[in-house]
Amino acid sequence: MRSAFARSIQRFAAVCTAVAVLSPLSAWAWEPTKNVEFIVPAGTGGGADQMARMLQGIIQKNNLMAQSLVVINKSGGAGAEGFLDMKGSSGNPHKIIITLSNLFTTPLATGVPFKWDDLTPVAMLALDEFILWVNAKAPYDDVKGYLAALKAAQPGSEFKMGGTGSKQEDQIITAAIEQATGAKFIYVPYKGGGDVAAQLVGGHVTSSVNNPIEAVSQWRAGELKPLCVFDSQRLPYKEPVASGKSWADIPTCKDGGLDIEYLMLRGIFMAPKVTQDQVDYYVNLFKKVRETPEWKDFMEKGAFNTTMLSGAEYKAWLGKAAESHRSLMEKAGFIAK
Amino acid sequence: MAIESEKSEHTVTTRTMDIVVALLFMGVAALVMADSWRIGARWASDGPQAGYFPFYVGLIMFLASVGTLATNLFTKTPNLSNFVDREQLGSVLKVLVPTIVYVVLINFIGIYIASMIFIAFFMWWLGKYSPMVIVPVAIGVPAVLFVMFEIWFLVPLPKGPIETALGY
Amino acid sequence: MEALSNLIGGFSVLGDPMNIVYMFVGIGLGVLIGVLPGLGGANGVAILLPLTFSMSPVSAIIMLSSIYWGALFGGAITSVLFNIPGEPWSVATTFDGHPMAQRGKAGEALTGAFTGSFLGAFIAVLLITFLAPVIAKFALQFGPAEFFAVYLLTFCSFVGMGRESPFKVLAAMTLGFALAAVGIDTVTGQLRMTFGSTELLRGFDFLVAVIGLFGVGEILLTMEEGLAFKGKSAKINAKVVLETWKKLPAMWVGALRSAAVGCWMGITPGGATPASFMSYGLAKRFSKNGKNFGKGELEGVVMPEVAAHAAGTSALLPMLTLGIPGSPTAAVLLGGLLIWGLQPGPLLFVEQKDFVWGLIASIYLGNIAGLIVVLTTVPLFAAILRIPFSVIAPIILVICAVGAYTVHNAGLDIAVMLIFGVVGYIFKKLDYPLAPLVLALVLGDMAESSFRQAMLVSQGNIGIFWSNPLVGSIVTLALAMLFWPLITKVKERLMGGPRPAAAE
Repeated sequence: MRSAFARSIQRFAAVCTAVAVLSPLSAWAWEPTKNVEFIVPAGTGGGADQMARMLQGIIQKNNLMAQSLVVINKSGGAGAEGFLDMKGSSGNPHKIIITLSNLFTTPLATGVPFKWDDLTPVAMLALDEFILWVNAKAPYDDVKGYLAALKAAQPGSEFKMGGTGSKQEDQIITAAIEQATGAKFIYVPYKGGGDVAAQLVGGHVTSSVNNPIEAVSQWRAGELKPLCVFDSQRLPYKEPVASGKSWADIPTCKDGGLDIEYLMLRGIFMAPKVTQDQVDYYVNLFKKVRETPEWKDFMEKGAFNTTMLSGAEYKAWLGKAAESHRSLMEKAGFIAK
Repeated sequence: MAIESEKSEHTVTTRTMDIVVALLFMGVAALVMADSWRIGARWASDGPQAGYFPFYVGLIMFLASVGTLATNLFTKTPNLSNFVDREQLGSVLKVLVPTIVYVVLINFIGIYIASMIFIAFFMWWLGKYSPMVIVPVAIGVPAVLFVMFEIWFLVPLPKGPIETALGY
Repeated sequence: MEALSNLIGGFSVLGDPMNIVYMFVGIGLGVLIGVLPGLGGANGVAILLPLTFSMSPVSAIIMLSSIYWGALFGGAITSVLFNIPGEPWSVATTFDGHPMAQRGKAGEALTGAFTGSFLGAFIAVLLITFLAPVIAKFALQFGPAEFFAVYLLTFCSFVGMGRESPFKVLAAMTLGFALAAVGIDTVTGQLRMTFGSTELLRGFDFLVAVIGLFGVGEILLTMEEGLAFKGKSAKINAKVVLETWKKLPAMWVGALRSAAVGCWMGITPGGATPASFMSYGLAKRFSKNGKNFGKGELEGVVMPEVAAHAAGTSALLPMLTLGIPGSPTAAVLLGGLLIWGLQPGPLLFVEQKDFVWGLIASIYLGNIAGLIVVLTTVPLFAAILRIPFSVIAPIILVICAVGAYTVHNAGLDIAVMLIFGVVGYIFKKLDYPLAPLVLALVLGDMAESSFRQAMLVSQGNIGIFWSNPLVGSIVTLALAMLFWPLITKVKERLMGGPRPAAAE
């Protein structure tokens, strides 16, 4: 026991000297000195988790960071566990978190003591698109037909909207459609986006608002069809995806008379009270990631909106997004009392 | 269980223990029912509310425990055998107490050092091994875990001040 | 036979020696991950996913799926030896596996478990090879009501009144359900029974509870008997593998039934854990050795393993063809596919023939390789029981603590595990059955949410459970299973009074 301890002390001393000798060389900027924990406030296998592991792989493969990035899932309470953990790691620069919309929705829906500005924003990596999908056998081919059928639905045969989770992005969009049209949906929450797409193929729900990547394979197989995208403009990807159609061919919902815009944040945050040097390091890191071919390929496959923001712009975007979530959720009655 | 052999071996009867556990169950059940009622435990127009199932689960738990309680209180053949002999309890505590200390220690000095101390203590206290045997095992096991989790799988386990000082 | 020629094509993909190396590395890592409780197949695959980034998709999926096979095999090892299920689907393996080890038959139990696993996987992969396009569509029939029906069937086929007091069975089971409900409610997003604590947000994980109840509880019970493992006298016999194999052919009926249960649960996709419980319950009810189950019956080890492995393997089918993961591990593999730029879905079989058939071929080879790897280690693992208790006990407790922590990276879970350990000890002494508690904990959440999804779909109309022949027949079967003991009694009555013990 004692010998082990003595050895630790020796190593400790050695490490100290090493740090003391090396530090002047890298004094111009901060760099991680140990493994960086990458918190995912969602379970393994979901969209955020995939992106985090993708980032880990890209950084590792291209040697973008001297230390390793370690992905840790903290999914409890719709991600609240991960956010609270970050909030509690004040000043720790070796911890970053990837967020999805639950950054805004979870605190509002559950009342856990957390707000997005408790964390230090680093950068927006991308925005995830939402598309209105219906079964390929559905009798309408555009939003107008869909809305007409929705409004004409009799009690007892209301439209069923399948979505991921409860009081999160999918249900918020559903509520927004209800508010815009005055129609009523039966919202059925499932565990994951893949489940939702399969349920839609099987005809257990009428429509879904899956992300492109979750439903693309069913589209290509001719099982589902996209009606519109919840963005202000069409997607930029012109490569044909399914039966000659490309992502760019999907009209925006606004054009179809459904004036709703919703994008999901895929952004990076750090713990509170970190220095600007440390934030800059990660901003640079993710800028480098964005330049890699792997990342570009991933963005195209998932038809992501590749807007990148950092600094004040990012903060301003977050403030607006938080406000719009609050008002949408308030109107829908999703806020915890 | 062995029939009560000596007075000194006596702790509590199985019946007493059964009653205590049944009461604890009833307490848990009450807690479950109260919280479920709070969030809504009715059958709404679109199916059960969030608290519906937990509420009835709590209710069944409560009734079942009342059943256990009643059986033990009113039976003509109570199980008066010893729940656990004093000697047995001693052996169990010999493991349980160090393990509790170990779990508490993990919070302060991390899992690696705590495991080292725990394994060494256990082997020395209960196994009466010589340090020649204890040291390699006590250092080896946490070391293997360290390499496997921190370096290989990149899964961080709880660490304390010593690991932090070493740069982990 | 198009499938056959495709399969041969798949094997030629494996011809690359590096792929064979990746396969063995994957199996080795998988066994290790399976042995360590907490670090399950899903976590293990997720952790190693980024490492495979620089490989070709075929090599990467071969390595990752080999980790999965390894984990499926490895989960049985600690279940048998120390009563600690390394994976959720090996809980049912502990029921008879550990008693066998205590009677000095650890080698036999391990051999039975491994061979059963192999058999299950083999039947499932045959199914994938030849029937993939036909059965893939079947999963689409499954809406919330059907899922609930399957969980109900699992429950009803497992739960039978044992010798324990029915009050205690009910109390233990409801405790499991209550624990499963803690945390966020998936249907409404409300917090349940968290009492304002952030630590309770994540709820009680099944694995943390099981490591405590079974693993720690077992060590405490063992301590009562003094400082020794009951199985210490285990004879280590290199021939144990062959001797056990001689006993297996007699179980073919049960094995086929378990494989069918497993394949069905993998495809629908209910998952490996419910499959193992259901298969154990069915074997207990229909085997002529049924009443010895729980005391160390080889059949009770083989059956759940056949089903778990069959389910684990066939779970790849809905993943590949529909993009629905049949198990948590499949969910992570699915993420892997997306990362490598492969789009799982109906067209994968058409567009990525090399990949799909290479993967299928690797299931054959991977399981054969896995079986060889684990069988050669049987004597080694059985020998672990010879290590003196005062050395192995603290190591087991350390591994339990590590396992409990890694499930959710939560320090408090270690303390929760210890509390479950004490609870497990007391329950065991007071004859509260642990199995219903565990089953309720693992299925409670899924059963409840699918029931409520079904209710949302039908707007509160219970009739949805008989709304089509599929769901109706599963629910009816489930109810028949529940009342099976009653039915047999009535049958006996009708046949002319209770028969004498001739059937014995």
